[in-house]
Amino acid sequence: MKPEKTPRALIFLDFLALLALATAFALVIFYAPFELTMGSVQKVFYFHVAAGLAGMLGFFVATIAAVACLKTGSLKWDVAGLAGVEIGMVLMALCIVSGSIWARPVWNTWWTWDPRLTTALIMELIYAAYLLLRSGLDDARRRAKLAAVYAVVGFISVPLTFFSIRVFRTIHPVMIGSADSSANGLFAMNPSMQTTFFSSLAAFSILFIALYWHRYRLGNLQAEINERRAALQEEGE
Amino acid sequence: MILPQALPEETRRAMLNAVNLTRSFGNRQVLRGLSLTVEPAEIVSLVGINGAGKTTLLRVLANLLRPEQGMVRFGSYTPLNAPAEYRRHIGVVMHTSMLYDNLSARENLRFFSRLYQIADSDKRIRQVLEMVALNSRADELVRTFSRGMQQRLAIARALLHDPDLLLLDEPYTGLDQRSSELCEMLIRQAAADGKMVLLTTHDFNQAVAISTRVDLLHDGKISWSSPSAGLSGKSLRATFNELTVFSGSHKGHGVNT
Amino acid sequence: MKPFIGAILAIFWKDLLAERRTREILGTMLVFALTVILVFVFAFDLSVEIRRKAAAGVIWVTLCFAGTISLNRSLTLERDREAINALLLAPVDRTAIFFGKALVNWVYLLITAAIIVPVYALLNNLSLFSWGGLGVILLGTLGYILTGTLLSTLTLQLRARDMLLPVLLFPVIIPLLLACVRASTILLQGGNPAELDTWLVMLVGYDLLFAAVGLLVFDRIIEE
Repeated sequence: MKPEKTPRALIFLDFLALLALATAFALVIFYAPFELTMGSVQKVFYFHVAAGLAGMLGFFVATIAAVACLKTGSLKWDVAGLAGVEIGMVLMALCIVSGSIWARPVWNTWWTWDPRLTTALIMELIYAAYLLLRSGLDDARRRAKLAAVYAVVGFISVPLTFFSIRVFRTIHPVMIGSADSSANGLFAMNPSMQTTFFSSLAAFSILFIALYWHRYRLGNLQAEINERRAALQEEGE
Repeated sequence: MILPQALPEETRRAMLNAVNLTRSFGNRQVLRGLSLTVEPAEIVSLVGINGAGKTTLLRVLANLLRPEQGMVRFGSYTPLNAPAEYRRHIGVVMHTSMLYDNLSARENLRFFSRLYQIADSDKRIRQVLEMVALNSRADELVRTFSRGMQQRLAIARALLHDPDLLLLDEPYTGLDQRSSELCEMLIRQAAADGKMVLLTTHDFNQAVAISTRVDLLHDGKISWSSPSAGLSGKSLRATFNELTVFSGSHKGHGVNT
Repeated sequence: MKPFIGAILAIFWKDLLAERRTREILGTMLVFALTVILVFVFAFDLSVEIRRKAAAGVIWVTLCFAGTISLNRSLTLERDREAINALLLAPVDRTAIFFGKALVNWVYLLITAAIIVPVYALLNNLSLFSWGGLGVILLGTLGYILTGTLLSTLTLQLRARDMLLPVLLFPVIIPLLLACVRASTILLQGGNPAELDTWLVMLVGYDLLFAAVGLLVFDRIIEE
């Protein structure tokens, strides 16, 4: 069997992602207007939101894959789920860190317990637990099944968490002055802001697809190595 | 061999049929397209080297393990179309006792008779305790039982709901001379009642003595099968060695006899 | 349906019978829960006013911690002699195992709550009882136990099983915990009744949702 080469389309996608990111970065730096109240730190917002949305997409894909894995029992879906979780965690971490950088000058604190921040943090915890669960299981089939169940349970609780914290925060007096509209990113975007925002969203989407493809491919290659190793062991016996 | 026609009920005539079973653990393929049939009143001894997959096969047949491919059928029931009905007809004894240490023998059996919805359970419990000669210790905690007594109670649990198929994984382990004679008698009695018995053992003499048929599990399949009538422990050992130890694979694995 | 309920009750009584003999689970839970309460009081050197305000939080966190003991232990009991296999062999829908185990764990947690709530009230000279509070405890512990039983079944097949349960369980029950703490706090200190309704609806929804999840996936988790 000859080794499988990286598909051309994937290499192309890598370059496209790089290009799109560079473009978006340039737009953020040179094109996007300087927001008056928040200053230059507002520019974090473009990547912050795009990373958050792409991260959510990763978790969403992972949940779909988990349901499919439980339905079909195919290990390919397990690989697809793990890829979604890992990339989702990285992008969500990026989102949280960039958010903190933005929050420091704007809200005068690195962190507030607002629904979005808290939910993002809890999601990271849930998917870290997902990875720990996986590491405690050796049999691939069982690992796929149990991890899928936890992915589903975890994802069900995410909207509940978000909703409950929002009820808690909106009725409860807010501790830090973060109830202004900027906390929700609702400040008015002018056309050049919009252009910048959507281009960084597009860049992160392409980046997501490229990363996802790589991770999925890697997972399948790993599975194949395990299979071949097992076959060799049997022959050697 | 007792002919199935002599038996009363319709279900007694149903046989166990396993077709083309495959199952692997991690990367190790344990069952590779195994097929097996057990007919009423048959006692089948399953032999094979350690790790050949005897326990795995029993677990698949007991609906404790899902095969990757293939199917198991008992009469018209399969684990897929009627799992509960399928399990109702099976009694299982495994390596571990599957009992609760902090309950007495009677309490254990009472619990399982509730799970199996056995009518007049107190009477039935007395009966099976009598069968395994544990009546005098019925109200003592299982924790205080010796290995042999636990094994006997496990057999009583397997017989409790009067199953048509008995799956016994090394039923003689830990039994003293008297208990093992008792166990043998129960197995013969079950077959005489038209039940099917599939048991695993490492003792070739016992394998031949108790059974009506001996099956050898090797390379994930039943690779050899013979009626016990013409066999002796010695000839079975010779065949076993020839087919397993010298077949090129699994060299150096010990065979306990 | 009758064999299903019968199996749930059989598992429930069997566990209580064994527990009556050893008292290991409830005993450990109670001592642990009381210790946690003491730790809270000392760690925060809580003044009377803060102790009153923090009552709901302290009690719910204590219950969550103590609950993991029975969740872990009641399933490892089945693992000891692989009795779990005997349960799986029974001719009933295997989901009965889930509800049977959940019922036992729920009763243990309710007994723990019935002891630590008055003890906290007594130690801090507070009055904590209300019918609404009882409802919140019933609903909250039920949701916790449903999720916990599901996840502890999942950890049953892991190498480091006792260790991982809280890590898997706590992030998932945060909405439940928040609802319980808020609802209890409103009941104890007064507050917006509309908010209380929201939390109660949320608790009922959570319980139904996780009962449904258990019903759907338990089969798949428990079988190998």
